[in-house]
This record gives sequence, C-alpha cells and structure tokens, in this order.
Amino acid sequence: MNFFENGFCACGNNSGVERMSRMKRTIITVVGKDTVGIIAKVCTYLAENGINILDISQTIVQEYFNMMMIVDTCNCDKQFGDMADELAELGEEIGVVIKCQKEEIFDKMHRI
Amino acid sequence: MINLYEVTETNKMIEKENLDVRTITLGISLLDCIDSDLQKLNEKIYTKIYEAAKDLVKTGEEISREFGIPIVNKRISVTPIALIGGAACKTVEDFASIAKTLDKVAHEVGVNFIGGYSALVSKGMTAADELLIRSIPLALSTTERVCSSVNLGSTKTGINMDAVKLMGEMIKETAEYTKEQDSLGCAKLVVFCNAPDDNPFMAGAFHGVTEADKIINVGVSGPGVVKTALEKVRGENFEILCETIKKTAFKVTRVGQLVAQEASKMLNVPFGIVDLSLAPTPAIGDSVADILCEIGLEYAGAPGTTAALALLNDQVKKGGVMASSYVGGLSGAFIPVSEDQGMIDAVVAGALTLEKLEAMTCVCSVGLDMIAIPGDTKATTISGIIADEMAIGMVNQKTTAVRIIPVIGKGVGETVEFGGLLGYAPIMPVNQFSCDAFVNRGGRIPAPIHSFKN
Repeated sequence: MNFFENGFCACGNNSGVERMSRMKRTIITVVGKDTVGIIAKVCTYLAENGINILDISQTIVQEYFNMMMIVDTCNCDKQFGDMADELAELGEEIGVVIKCQKEEIFDKMHRI
Repeated sequence: MINLYEVTETNKMIEKENLDVRTITLGISLLDCIDSDLQKLNEKIYTKIYEAAKDLVKTGEEISREFGIPIVNKRISVTPIALIGGAACKTVEDFASIAKTLDKVAHEVGVNFIGGYSALVSKGMTAADELLIRSIPLALSTTERVCSSVNLGSTKTGINMDAVKLMGEMIKETAEYTKEQDSLGCAKLVVFCNAPDDNPFMAGAFHGVTEADKIINVGVSGPGVVKTALEKVRGENFEILCETIKKTAFKVTRVGQLVAQEASKMLNVPFGIVDLSLAPTPAIGDSVADILCEIGLEYAGAPGTTAALALLNDQVKKGGVMASSYVGGLSGAFIPVSEDQGMIDAVVAGALTLEKLEAMTCVCSVGLDMIAIPGDTKATTISGIIADEMAIGMVNQKTTAVRIIPVIGKGVGETVEFGGLLGYAPIMPVNQFSCDAFVNRGGRIPAPIHSFKN
C-alpha cells in the first residue's frame, strides 16, 4: 500500500516512465438503504471501465449503507464528468446516492 | 490514506452545512484598452474581457463537478473605469456607455456580476473621477450586472470629505433612479476606506493598478460549518472555542486554495489570493449572526456582540492564514444585514441597531453592509454615516465600507425584498439629528498621526 500512497500509477502494461506518471485517484462514496448487491453492481461498472479499486471501507449504521472507495481512473477513457453521471445514474437504479470526487479535496482539507 | 470518517465529514460540510466557494473572481487589467475614441475604447474593453473570461464559467462548473463542491459565483473585476475612461469620456453618458459595455460582456460570458465601475479618490478627484461618480446613478439604473465602488479615504491620505459629500448625494440619486425596484441600484454601490486591490467579493471588487494583467482571486465561505463545529463545544471556555473556530477556518480555506489553484491552472491565469471570509447568505444555516448566537448571545446586537465578533474574525484569520499561500482581499467575517437571516431576525427583534452595527464594523472585515434605511433620509445624513465609517477605517488601519440603501417610498417598519443572494431587509431607523454643517465644510480630513511611519 505504500506504493500507492506515494501517488504513482501501478497500471499493468505501461512502460517504466508511464508507470511513474501521477495516478488519478478518485473517491467514490455510496450512501443509502442497505440492499443485496450494491458493491457488486458498483464494482462491475468500475471493472468494465478499467477503473482500479485501491481501497474500500464500508459501514452499516441503522440499516444505512455507507461505503467509500478509493479508485484509480488513469486507465479509464471516459471524461470525469461522464463517469460521475453514469455512477450517479447507477445509484438511482439501486436506490443509493453515488458521488465521485477527486481525492485532492479531502487530502487538502484533512492533511497538512 | 484518506478514511471514511474524513470523507463523510467533508461531504457533510458541503451537503448539510452550506460549505461552498463563494466566488471565483477573474481580475482583468483594462489599462491597455485606453483610447481617446469612445467607440474604440468600448470595443477594446469588450474584446479584452470576452477573450479573457469566455471560459471562466465553464471552468468553474468543471471544478465544481470534479471536487463535488459548489462554486456559487463566477465574477469579473476590472481596472477602475475612471482611469480607463478618462481620456474618452466627456459626459456622464459617455461613462455610462462603458457600464453598458461591461454589462453586455458580463451577460455574454455568463458571470453574474462585474465589478470595477470605480474611482479611487481617497485624496482628491480628477475631472474624470468626478464625472464617473456623477454617472453612477445612470450607470447602475441602466445595467443589471455592473457593480460600482468608490474609495473615499485611507490611513495614508485621510478622508476626502468633498467626495464623501458627493457620494451621499449619488447614493440618494441612485436610489431615486432605481425606485421602481426598491432602490436596488444602491445594493450594487459601495464606498470604501482603505479599499483592497484584490478583493474578489462584490459589490466592491475592482482590479487594482498594482495587479498583473490577469489574476484569479477566490473567496471562500462557510458560516454554517463554523456554527456546527461550535455546537459541539457549547459551554466550553474561550480557549477551546477559539481553537475550534481556527481548525474549522483552516479546513474551509484549504478548499478555497485548492479551487483557486485548479482555476489558475485550467485558465492559465496566475493565482492571486484567497479571501478568508465568512460570507453569509439568506439561506437558513448560512449565517454569521447564528455563529454569534452559538458563541453565547441571545441575538446579534446583544451586549458582548462586538467582543464575540472580534474573536471570531481573528480566529478565522489565524486558521485561514496557514491554509493558503497568499491571503488578501477583505478576509474576515462579513456582517451584511439583508444577506443574513440571523441579522434580519436580530433587527426585527429590536436587538440590532445601526449604531451597534457601526461598533461591530470596528472589529470585522468590512462595514455597514446591505442596510436598508428610510427613503426620506437626507443626503447629508448618508454622508455623515459614511464619514463615521471612513474614520473607523482610517484610524484602525483597516478596510471599512458602506453599502446602504435608502429605499424610496418606504419607511421604518416596512420591509424591502432584493431577491437572490441580496436577500430582504427590514428598514432600520436612522438618527434624525442634522450633520449638515459638518458635511458642507468641504475639503479633506488629514491622515492620522500613526500613519506617518516612514
């Protein structure tokens, strides 16, 4: 995990130089009433779009599902906005709220 | 690595506590547009602003989407128009034509306000300065998005009382010109002492002559976030209170710094400053007055208000300074009346008066802001109010301002509705005793002794 924390890309087929390029880390949050298959559906979408999951944490408080994923979108061809819209749509289908935000906003706010 | 708790905290600030970036303001120098031909001048101004700002709104929206943080306003500030129009404008109508050009380009690029219909007359007025000031009522009544400001004094120069007198008359005239809209023109007109060159907030934003060709300034805001943080330390002592405000201000400002850097990168315009501000809106839970109540006051305006505001302002600065590489603008807590539901409630309850607001302006970042007064208030009385506020700024070496609205046809007890971010306000009573002889003396008040530092 230290490798990721340095913020470098670990994408498989790239050359050495490309591998050192900055990773595009995005935080995906999923909040809503717990139901079967939330993680499966989100992960399927991510896999289909070449988005690598770096970390997942999840809790359930009073039947409310609360999940955060740290993902790397450097191999995803889609524009950030399109990806965010599609995930939000997927969320609506499942009945949860899915938000995509670039990691920097959290990093800046919580780390000196 | 970022954890779930931190992500939830940030998103709660955005979704429930109204954390937002209040404005990205693009400062544009118009010095290279100066021309003695009015038509050419207007064309050059239009082209320069359009080219510089055509991607501003789109960029703001993109940043907002990527980080999931609302960026409420995208705005433009320009070099004070009195300097730009001096060579071409011979009549008030000439100057007002520049205001129309600014309004047109603001509509075209999609910004909601454009600031800089301004004159800097802290020591004296040139003929162009005076002409611009006299054109303000016409300019503001024939445009929608243009904001005007006039710097009337500074710690270094003293107060230009001739200009103070003239501005009292112009505020009254602007109110008359826009009386069909409850004197809305005056909500877009502010007078300053010690006006900063890099203020991103309207109505007082202009692009100072000390600035680069183009610059990005960002104003952050988060009264709701501070209020919620303080709810958790009710009853604790001042040390804990102050630490909590500082930490919260740090977090809020870091978001502003991030947005400013991103905007600067995407627009290829240098980053100027972050303005560390607590800027309220009329929305519930987005109020500076509510923070004062949370600190321990029944209403803003109760005894202790000035002290509470002083500590709030100071802690916001202390927390924010470390969060940003460059800090500037007005930086501090804003206390507009009509734009803050808690302030409105305090006025309605009888807790907050014009005199108490004046005391509060000694310790906060701006001044008498968005205050509605009876429409029959005399121009000299308005000048007297302005002179008092300018004196506070001059002696305390801080920015002070007056944005006051004499609502034509309305009196104390009535309410005026400006709409949107400008909110609504109960009309406040004004001291009825005369200051005519004082205002009519003419000339200027010398700079205070402690300004001679060389």
